[in-house]
Amino acid sequence: MTDLKTRHSAGLPAAAAGTAPAPPPRHRPGWRRQLTPWLYLSAALVLLVTFTYIPVANMISYSFTDWDGVSPDKTFVGADNYVELFTRPELFQVFFVSLYYLAAAVLQIVVALYFATILTFKTRFRNLFKGLLFFPYLINGVAVAFVFLYFFKQDGTLDSVLAIVGAHPDKLWLGDPDLVNVSLSGVSVWRFLGLNFVLFLGAMQSIPAELHEAAEIDGASKWQVFRSIIAPSIRPIIGLSVILSISGSLSVFEIPFIMTRGFGESKTFVIQTVKLAFDFNKMGLASAMAVVLLAIILLITWAQRRLVPDERADRS
Amino acid sequence: MKRRALAGVLLSAALVVAGCSGSGDAATDDSGALSPTDPAAVSGDITVLTNRTDLVTDGTMQKYADLFNKDYPNVKVKFEGITDYEGEVKIRMNTDKYGDVLLIPNSVVTADYPKFFASLGGATDLAGKYTAAGIGKGKVGDKIYGLAGFSFINGFVYNKDVWAAAGVTAWPKTPAEFLDALQAVKTKTGATPYYTNYKDGWPLSSWSSVIGSATCDAAANDKLPTANPWAAGSDLNTGDKLLYDIVKNKLSESDPTTTNWEDSKGLLATGKIATMWLGSWSLAQMQDAAKKAGKNPDSIGYMPFPAQVGGKFCSVVAPDYQSAVNIHSPHKAAARAWIDWILEKSDTAAVNQAISAIKGAPLPGALKPFTEAGVTFIDLSQADSAKVSKIDNQSEVGISKPEYRQHIIDVARGAGKGSLDDIFADLAKKWADAAAMAG
Repeated sequence: MTDLKTRHSAGLPAAAAGTAPAPPPRHRPGWRRQLTPWLYLSAALVLLVTFTYIPVANMISYSFTDWDGVSPDKTFVGADNYVELFTRPELFQVFFVSLYYLAAAVLQIVVALYFATILTFKTRFRNLFKGLLFFPYLINGVAVAFVFLYFFKQDGTLDSVLAIVGAHPDKLWLGDPDLVNVSLSGVSVWRFLGLNFVLFLGAMQSIPAELHEAAEIDGASKWQVFRSIIAPSIRPIIGLSVILSISGSLSVFEIPFIMTRGFGESKTFVIQTVKLAFDFNKMGLASAMAVVLLAIILLITWAQRRLVPDERADRS
Repeated sequence: MKRRALAGVLLSAALVVAGCSGSGDAATDDSGALSPTDPAAVSGDITVLTNRTDLVTDGTMQKYADLFNKDYPNVKVKFEGITDYEGEVKIRMNTDKYGDVLLIPNSVVTADYPKFFASLGGATDLAGKYTAAGIGKGKVGDKIYGLAGFSFINGFVYNKDVWAAAGVTAWPKTPAEFLDALQAVKTKTGATPYYTNYKDGWPLSSWSSVIGSATCDAAANDKLPTANPWAAGSDLNTGDKLLYDIVKNKLSESDPTTTNWEDSKGLLATGKIATMWLGSWSLAQMQDAAKKAGKNPDSIGYMPFPAQVGGKFCSVVAPDYQSAVNIHSPHKAAARAWIDWILEKSDTAAVNQAISAIKGAPLPGALKPFTEAGVTFIDLSQADSAKVSKIDNQSEVGISKPEYRQHIIDVARGAGKGSLDDIFADLAKKWADAAAMAG
């Protein structure tokens, strides 16, 4: 309070200081003033605590028990679940599957950047293309999975399209252990490309037009414009996309779960967690896995923020 | 700094709440849910949870409720059809509100039954009225907590016309004969001889119902905790090997990973698929699919597992979901009245082509060929089923889960490493380790 007042008087223009002192601005009592912002925040905070922090706290507490998910009794077992988790390397092997999704995410960011750059410039039908690229993201993930189940089916859409151009690869897109993760990560590229694209496009359109004009006058090529103007301006957004992609690749779930339920080589870490929790009633161990996944993602995000600090975009 | 303090407060508050939710379960008073003697004195509103959403939406359940009301005029029955029955009810059982009558989810450990359900009576009293399959699974101590509405047998559902066209009319007596028959179907008719339903997974889990069928041993299930379930000559060895050979000899669909259960019913009815291993509950659905496709429902046949002991086939009678009464229900008598009525007076067992839990009830029509051929029906003992499921979960083998059979199919079709013997050895090792831990 006090420093607010001092700042207030210090901010008065010098000319005003000479005149008769103005009546002090009417303040509400201190506690009410302090409470007001919390009042506005309360709804959001209640939701946040109810649906994020309490479940996470619950999960952490489950991870120290041998709870089976149904029984009213939970026995505290200390760090047993974590010990079991880290002494069973096969539980972590499934992270190899994430590499497919990570590679797909790199592709996804590059393609999204490419399309966003093209569509920032004047292009024919640009709004149509924007719509087409963003559309897949609007479809419910379950529907996407079902559509692609038919797409990858033997003699399904993909095979028929390939047959038109005379190719008969005769592959089982989901049945071949070498192909299944490529197919599945392809679906996730298709689905999330639109989101990245829109994020990039929004950031690019906030770049002042003068910069583009100046570059044009200087005779810069499209690639030079991208490298020296666009890319640096949207760096924070690219950074965000990278974090989201990494955490997304580690916690891939819905598309492979609905399409394959994790059979063959397509099992991901989260699918494995779900199976342990609900198929084998090892809620405690599964909670521990979820906690470890959370920790890994927090760690990667932290490291990434350290390596690529997010400088404030300072253009105005 | 301030922000951190706030986060700390929030987190500790959350932990306190989390800690509280663990305790404080209501003291369970189990006065039991015994059969009411005077229908007029029974009253109350009860909610019945069911997995048969189809019967709720098409009004069949309401019809049962109306008939029920003729006997019990003061009971109002409400139904709740749940699509993901297992997943949803299990989570609801963390509260008190899981209906008045419900089907016991498979994931509930038998020893925990008394914590969730009211007892339905003493085992010896009920044994006079119900079959062993009806009460076997719901027994804890000397009390019964769940009654299996009806039981099914397991076998191969097949399209008679396709098999006849392939020149096979007699049931194969050994796995080798069965494979020959499928081969004949493949070469002579062009139909897919066998359909795994690999993608949907759960149809594969019914292969665990071979337990008891191949060896004709009513105690087969109780032997699992102490023996190697995949030892040569055992039920699971015989069954899983047959599955492996079917896929290995390319007698199943070429792309198992995109199968579709709903479609498979029509495909079997129209003769594009010849055979599937399923419970006898599937007959009603297959015949229905045949009617829809304009085919004769009589073309749907059913045969036992191709193995004989003493010149006779054996079929295990396996209980379906068990009905139970919520221990927190305020209207236990009304809830029990509903269970009794649906078991004794309704036609649910006949409609489902199932074996009624009531002793002496007639067998369903679909099983007539079985009785005519002199198939031995065995009631699999469930005495150690709690122990079996404990070992199964601990070992993460999943005897009644689809994963390991999906792996067998993958290996058989060349999409996975290893051999069938490796798989069996690996399963046996996991099982033995878990059995040792479970004591």
